[in-house]
Amino acid sequence: MATTTITKTEKLVGKRIRRREDPRLITGTATYVDDIKMPGMLYAAILRSPHAAAKIRSIDISKAKALKGVHAVFVGEDTKDAGAVPCAASLPGLRVPHHNVLAIDRVYLVGHPVAVVVATDRYIARDGAELIEVDYEVESAVADPEKALAPGAHAVHPQWPDNVAFNFHQEGGDVAKAFAEADVIVKQRIVSQRLIPNSMETRGVVADWRAADRTMNLYTSTQAPHLVRSLVAQILGLEENRFRVVAPEVGGGFGAKIQTYAEEILLAWISMKLQKPVKWIESRRENFTCTIHGRGHVDFYEIAAKRDGTILGIKLKLIQDLGAYFTILTPGIPTLSVLMMPGLYRTPNISADIVGAFTNCSPTDAYRGAGRPEATHGIERMVDMLAAELKMDPAEIRLKNFVRNEEFPFPTATGLVYDTGDYSAPLKKAMDMADYDKLRKEQAEARKQGRYMGIGLCAYGEICAFGPSPATPAGGWESATVKIEPSGQVTVLTGISPHGQGEETTFAQITGDELGVGIDDVLVLHGDTSMVPYGIGTFGSRSTAVGGTALYYALQDLKAKVKKFGAMLLESEDVTLAGGKCTDNKTGKSVGFKEIAAAAYRAMKLPPNTEPGLVATHFWEPSNFTFPFGAHLVVTEVNGETGDVAIKRYIAVDDCGNILNPLIVDGQVHGGVAQGIGQALWEQAVYDDNGQLVTGEFMDYTMPRAHMMPWIESAHTVTPTPVNPLGVKGVGEAGTIGASPAVVNSVVDALSTLGVKHLDMPLTPEKLWKLISAGRQA
Amino acid sequence: MTESITVNINGTTYSHDVEPRLLLIHYLREVVGLTGPHIGCETSLCGACTVELNGKAVKSCAVFAIQCDGAKILTIEGMAANGKLHKIQEAFWNEHGLQCGFCTPGMIMTTKQILDRNPNPTDQEIRHGLEGNLCRCTGYQHIVNAVKAAAKVAGA
Repeated sequence: MATTTITKTEKLVGKRIRRREDPRLITGTATYVDDIKMPGMLYAAILRSPHAAAKIRSIDISKAKALKGVHAVFVGEDTKDAGAVPCAASLPGLRVPHHNVLAIDRVYLVGHPVAVVVATDRYIARDGAELIEVDYEVESAVADPEKALAPGAHAVHPQWPDNVAFNFHQEGGDVAKAFAEADVIVKQRIVSQRLIPNSMETRGVVADWRAADRTMNLYTSTQAPHLVRSLVAQILGLEENRFRVVAPEVGGGFGAKIQTYAEEILLAWISMKLQKPVKWIESRRENFTCTIHGRGHVDFYEIAAKRDGTILGIKLKLIQDLGAYFTILTPGIPTLSVLMMPGLYRTPNISADIVGAFTNCSPTDAYRGAGRPEATHGIERMVDMLAAELKMDPAEIRLKNFVRNEEFPFPTATGLVYDTGDYSAPLKKAMDMADYDKLRKEQAEARKQGRYMGIGLCAYGEICAFGPSPATPAGGWESATVKIEPSGQVTVLTGISPHGQGEETTFAQITGDELGVGIDDVLVLHGDTSMVPYGIGTFGSRSTAVGGTALYYALQDLKAKVKKFGAMLLESEDVTLAGGKCTDNKTGKSVGFKEIAAAAYRAMKLPPNTEPGLVATHFWEPSNFTFPFGAHLVVTEVNGETGDVAIKRYIAVDDCGNILNPLIVDGQVHGGVAQGIGQALWEQAVYDDNGQLVTGEFMDYTMPRAHMMPWIESAHTVTPTPVNPLGVKGVGEAGTIGASPAVVNSVVDALSTLGVKHLDMPLTPEKLWKLISAGRQA
Repeated sequence: MTESITVNINGTTYSHDVEPRLLLIHYLREVVGLTGPHIGCETSLCGACTVELNGKAVKSCAVFAIQCDGAKILTIEGMAANGKLHKIQEAFWNEHGLQCGFCTPGMIMTTKQILDRNPNPTDQEIRHGLEGNLCRCTGYQHIVNAVKAAAKVAGA
């Protein structure tokens, strides 16, 4: 039993406090979706298309239906009334494919759901799926976005033979003039390859329909339970107030669990049909093929500059591989890349054109960073190439072009307003930590010995804390309720839906400090739509900056009420609330938190115009995004005999504003960097020309493992944002955004002696070995 | 068709009739009701299902339940004793060696194996010891710190 420590004086915010959520996770007693078991629960297995493009001639489900233990088999025709998978993003002229929860007459990607078998256990359900016979008329497919846009390509959707989902143009300043006046123009095609998010827990759903109450209980591994509730209730025509979505323990998301997926709709529909609870757990193979992918850009950059390195303008033509259909944000993601294309630089003139291309592949959507890693990779590669062209040091050209401290709030050519910053500080700090000048000397020495040593820099900027509602597809505010219970203990209900980010701890820190109670007295609850106020969810580095701020303001409201009760009990009009008690400023007499709480609920007497109880709810709408920034410095050495990249040093200096819990912030940076290094060196979703996903299991898709990761030296500069009273900006995606350009710049620098100017990711040993071998022969 | 097996799990003896094709991970989770070990891939590549089988760390998605007849199994649920966390669990907590927690039961069981075999591993030995276990959240750094911290407690 926890000790009661209602009163405390020690400040909690800023401390390395170990997490409140960990005891259940380290003892194996947490409840993830697959741990839920209900009386009479059935299991669903989904039969999916092995072809990327085919017409369905016929489906024979008779053998599956006859299998002992199989309760039902459904095909697309049966589920026509179950609606379509939703997309919330909108763009002018957008072509939105109708994606049924089960394919009806044709399939357009490998993994397209075709039929579902519901049985008494998961083995029988899978046996049943294997007994279904589907007669496909296989067509040619297109799995590459550039090929998809070429004349005569296979049409992913027959009604749109050019495979173009949308064209989008944005410009700011006068880019034609900038390029006309430039001393130097550098052009480069840059690919940000398709990646597979791969949270360690796959998706999973348990749907439990209670007909007598017209109530749906949907347990799903999601980052946005309220969004799932609103959308699935609407799609199935159910009452939203009787539709409960629970995100239980969620084993990672990385953006791939923001979406509302076909299976969430399908399972709810099945539970209503069969009047039974039904579970579906995604296999890893399904996760590879059917959960969203990330990135998938082919970018054509042009950067114009003066001889002294001043950047005048940037042009970008961006081909976005959208996949075969849209999930919640699919077409919106590349527009985020355009917003962030100036990076941290003063660049007054920009022009961008996006072409969204359909391919016979899994849809792309938000994967950690969502559009910003692509933008940062582009600008940071281009700045390095410009430096090389001008024979400038890559640090010098960055320092020359950074937005200056006195220019904030800084309006960008893409229409954003950067909140605050000191952009040179993290770069200088990283260079100090690395002893940059000494490193360059070591590099010169290594080159004399024929070694390929590289030093890579990246100065990244992010757009975080999503965000002002007018700039988001589904509202960008966040909610919080704080309750002081009659015992004095505190319950926080938040609309965000953390799944590893640690807000059960950081929100308890905020609450403890504001109310003056111990961290053990605070419980943070989330993820159950029947329990917490409507919320938006956890993504886009928004949870603390937006959700934490909603909590902060709810706490201010509650404190005012606590003071009223305190003043009443002290018979004073001038009291201070601090250290877990209310003190009369004149007499010095005080009354404790527990007594105040008891009095507020016992209500023998009430302060004037005051209701009993101690509860406050606040919905907070942010006025702007936040714009965290930082610099990463990476030292690599490429093995000339094997092509292996050894990361000798990895320095990450991040400025995420005020830091509530350094332990958790470091963890976020490390994990983010791992995903960024993964993209730079190893990870890639590979489809063959027939649209088969070749990297469809962990055997073929190279995930970063413990022995592949370098030691990360993490440091911070602190520039609090004025956008919220906590001064926090968000850090969930920082590492990923900074890492890929820093690593690639480092390897390009290492191989620049061979004439290498650019390399596309992933920098596999095979790719580098071939290049080095060819370079040596030349 | 089923076969009868008797297994000692976390000190308790269980007897069940199981299908020969039933994987150990499904036996533990579905039949015995121990949901601490997780299923991350079903192909023995992620390590989330790692348990100790007769003193050795195994991926329980790559073992059939009937192969475990007469065996002694330790799962994450058996690590804490008498209400006190195992020192490896404490170390993962103190060092923030987990985020979403899904890989954590496997990581902790693998750590036990690493330290059983080598009480004072180097960073490199720890990283190689952990290479069969995937984590997508932490970048492994705090996990390595946790293993080191646990080793230190053991040495003290």
